[in-house]
Amino acid sequence: MNIIATHINYLHICHRKLWLFVNGINMEHSSDLVYEGKHIGEHSYNQRSPKFREVELEGAKIDFFDPQTKTIHETKKSNAFEKAHVAQVRYYQYLLHHNGVLETRGIIEYPKQRKRIEIEPLNSNDFTEIENWVKAVRAIGNEIEMPNRKDKPSKCKNCSYFDFCWISENE
Amino acid sequence: MKKTYYLFNPGRLSRKDNTLKFTPVDEDGKEGQPRYLPVENVNDLYVFGSLDANSALYNFLGKQSIAVHFFDYYEHYTGSFMPKDYLLAGKMQIAQTQYYLSAKKRMPLARSFVRGAALNMLKNLQYYNRREKDLNQTIGQIEALMLQIPEYNKIDQLMGLEGNIRQAYYQAFDTIINDFEMGTRTKQPPQNEVNTLISFGNMMCYTACLGQIYHTQLNPTISFLHEPGYRRYSLALDLAEIFKPLLVDRTIFSLLNKRQVKSSDFRHELNRCVLKDSARKEFVKAFEEKLSDTIQHRSLGRSVSYKHLIKLECYKLTKHLLGAEGYVPFKAWW
Repeated sequence: MNIIATHINYLHICHRKLWLFVNGINMEHSSDLVYEGKHIGEHSYNQRSPKFREVELEGAKIDFFDPQTKTIHETKKSNAFEKAHVAQVRYYQYLLHHNGVLETRGIIEYPKQRKRIEIEPLNSNDFTEIENWVKAVRAIGNEIEMPNRKDKPSKCKNCSYFDFCWISENE
Repeated sequence: MKKTYYLFNPGRLSRKDNTLKFTPVDEDGKEGQPRYLPVENVNDLYVFGSLDANSALYNFLGKQSIAVHFFDYYEHYTGSFMPKDYLLAGKMQIAQTQYYLSAKKRMPLARSFVRGAALNMLKNLQYYNRREKDLNQTIGQIEALMLQIPEYNKIDQLMGLEGNIRQAYYQAFDTIINDFEMGTRTKQPPQNEVNTLISFGNMMCYTACLGQIYHTQLNPTISFLHEPGYRRYSLALDLAEIFKPLLVDRTIFSLLNKRQVKSSDFRHELNRCVLKDSARKEFVKAFEEKLSDTIQHRSLGRSVSYKHLIKLECYKLTKHLLGAEGYVPFKAWW
């Protein structure tokens, strides 16, 4: 399995979501939320875009990378899953490191909340942690059974798998 | 919200820049005023009239994931243009096939479809039973037949039982419907007005189910109650069993009893009864309204359309096939 940044992100959100995604069970992209996220990613801060590069690595497509300051910029709609966003940028740093770009930093921006998070270069502990994430993604993806959904639907609202996970018949 | 568009009149459909253009063409080949269909609002197209189109259009529709369903002069479904599958999942395909291949795995699903269909038929009968139509006998008869569902271990026996349930149910139509006689169920071709409406409605329901299956990982040719892939996308037939009473039969009862469709809306030809354009349009309009009607869903805690209920049924089936949660067929609770 080729581990991509989305896997690392989902690992920190929901194991069931990760399992479904790894196994190709995707939901139809008709939701307005998906569109909104895409729109924010594409249209926020575009006045700065000329100095940024889009970087494609095996396992990641970084939308905005500043080669001068070696900074990864990631834009997200809401900070509800901050941990997962940080993990995703950590993984970008890890991949860039293995491609010879060392000591990168990251900035996660939430334009709607007018909030930003700065991420320091990786230290040796971080490398071990990221390698553990990769192992965890493999382990979950290879599980025969679909992991359980979260315990409360309120935690799942806004997830594209919401209807899939929570539909049931009360007889 | 994306919509289904129905093309009843003959004409030419073409790509115009990034949207769709429909130019009506009359019998003498004279072009009328073109209409534009905003492509982002189109879910699928149902073509009843004769349609001119070129491959550029189909390439465009394919890229936009818009299916086109075709019907002949007698409103029979003749086939679909289906865009390339975009939600493929090998794991799902294998699971679905395994469930089909093992009788032990297939039978419970097949039974669920029969049971779900019967439960929804009972709902309809109970509704009219509360409204001064005495249907107690039919209700009792169907309940008795349903007790036999767990006893059958062969598909053809189960299909036979399903036929008996449906026959009992159709007998009640003459009590429910005020001014028309249905008599026995006739197809190929249907002999009278009610039979014609049932055939047309069932076909619409089948196509609606197919449309929803397309937006999931399920393979529409691998089915459990009906035999797979024989001439039809048979998984859509399985799902349609559950939704026919709700979507089709209720629409028919209301159209006829409210006199929105009258005997003058039908044409009797040699050995068959055919819907006139007026009846077809009335039915399609009422059916579309039904599909977009919403109900408050109990397990999801939000309102969902009848159309979305079909997709939710696909999700439940997917979870069953992936070994997560046992499939329980949808049963109307109102």
